[in-house]
Amino acid sequence: MKPFDYERAVSSNAAARAALASGAHFIAGGTNLLDLMKLEVLRPDKLIDISRLPLRQVERTGDGGLRIGAMVTNSDLAADPRVRRHYPVLSRALLAGASGQLRNKATTAGNLLQRTRCPYFQDTAMPCNKREPGSGCHALDGFNRNHAILGTSESCIATHPSDMAVAMMALDASVEIQSAAGKTRTVALDEFYALPGDTPHVETTLDSGDLVTAVLLPPPLAARQVYRKVRDRASYAFALVSVAAVISMNEGVLDHVAVSFGGLAPKPWRDRKVEALLSGKPPSGALFQEAADRLLAEARGYGGNDFKIALAHRTLRAVLRQATGLTQ
Amino acid sequence: MTKIQTGLRINGADHRLEADPRTTLLDALRHHLHLTGSKKGCDHGQCGACTVLVNGRRINACLALACMHDGDEITTIEGIGSDESRSALQEAFLACDGFQCGYCTPGQICSATAMLREAADGWPSHVSPDLNGPVTLNAREIAERMSGNICRCSAYSGIVDAIGQVAKGGVK
Repeated sequence: MKPFDYERAVSSNAAARAALASGAHFIAGGTNLLDLMKLEVLRPDKLIDISRLPLRQVERTGDGGLRIGAMVTNSDLAADPRVRRHYPVLSRALLAGASGQLRNKATTAGNLLQRTRCPYFQDTAMPCNKREPGSGCHALDGFNRNHAILGTSESCIATHPSDMAVAMMALDASVEIQSAAGKTRTVALDEFYALPGDTPHVETTLDSGDLVTAVLLPPPLAARQVYRKVRDRASYAFALVSVAAVISMNEGVLDHVAVSFGGLAPKPWRDRKVEALLSGKPPSGALFQEAADRLLAEARGYGGNDFKIALAHRTLRAVLRQATGLTQ
Repeated sequence: MTKIQTGLRINGADHRLEADPRTTLLDALRHHLHLTGSKKGCDHGQCGACTVLVNGRRINACLALACMHDGDEITTIEGIGSDESRSALQEAFLACDGFQCGYCTPGQICSATAMLREAADGWPSHVSPDLNGPVTLNAREIAERMSGNICRCSAYSGIVDAIGQVAKGGVK
């Protein structure tokens, strides 16, 4: 690990200002950052410890939603009684990720900002456009079993590894951000993440000195919530495909429809055209087939991950059947 | 780089550490404070051999910087039991053959100690049928909740039996 200076932030303002320095990096839980620092994939000059900032509360908002502090651990969030009762898809997604030890350390903001587990990104002996812009991508025709089939570019086909963010996407979450100038803004989670294009090293719309202070959830809906994760082993593995669904029914037709996906794309994926296709129609096998076809119309496999197209198709249909109570 | 002063309360005793900020909690325990019960397996948070309790919660000590834990209460395997006074889980691991080489065992026992508390607090797991229901620590629940601890000798059936025994009311 490269030597670094360490500073404990005394306030969100001070943290955001300190992060303007070149080579500075926030550290919260550190479960992903320290791993990458040991591999020298990340080599910060200075760590700004934000783990003790007073951002550990889960609070009700004025409109009946929830404000989840950036430093709330994944364990605390999954076990929060309000999350379990009103946003079960979020508890389920959190509990499907990592291990008990990691969830105790990993934070809400850190989970959103965790880096891809692409083996080429994690290996400094390999070229990687995300780690070293312009150096190339060996995943395109290399070992790409875990890689993306949607939203990719010729520069990068790495997936975003979070389960939590997939559920938050289906819950229409937004991210509260404080700038180094002390201003607070809120960004929809869907707009928080950037697609790789030809700048795969740019993963979010955050600016230098921006600090994520909270995730906001809108008031809960009376809807069925499902999280299904498909992976190579039953526990403690990243998703090959995951689907989060928040679906309500009204007089026999799908009403509110929000469906998001993990393991398929460089960001938690949501396709409004799929949702529009489903909304207002009675559940049926044919409808779900059409929705899955629509989701995957532009999907592209790279060899090792071709199977994800069929797997995503089946998983989406299974989740839609479960969420709507369709038995056949 | 400047060395950093850190105060840690480990197994009830206060310790001072002056170390490079890169020092992980695991290296601080093993190399600086000579508490070698916590083991280094993968050093990347994948195997669980380094599991310790920080303020009662289990974490991977290899993925924690010691300087970030200034003032925290740490419990290692040395604080859970000794040859003269073993914890219920340690007795159960012996009774159920919950190990072969023993390298992962301190991490398994620290992890299980905290896991039993999580279950008692009603925390659900990935395999819990009801997020809001009572927790029943059957073999499936124990395996899921312990998936962050890997045993290269594959003593899993003994480990699950040992934890299950303690969950049901302890070993005599």
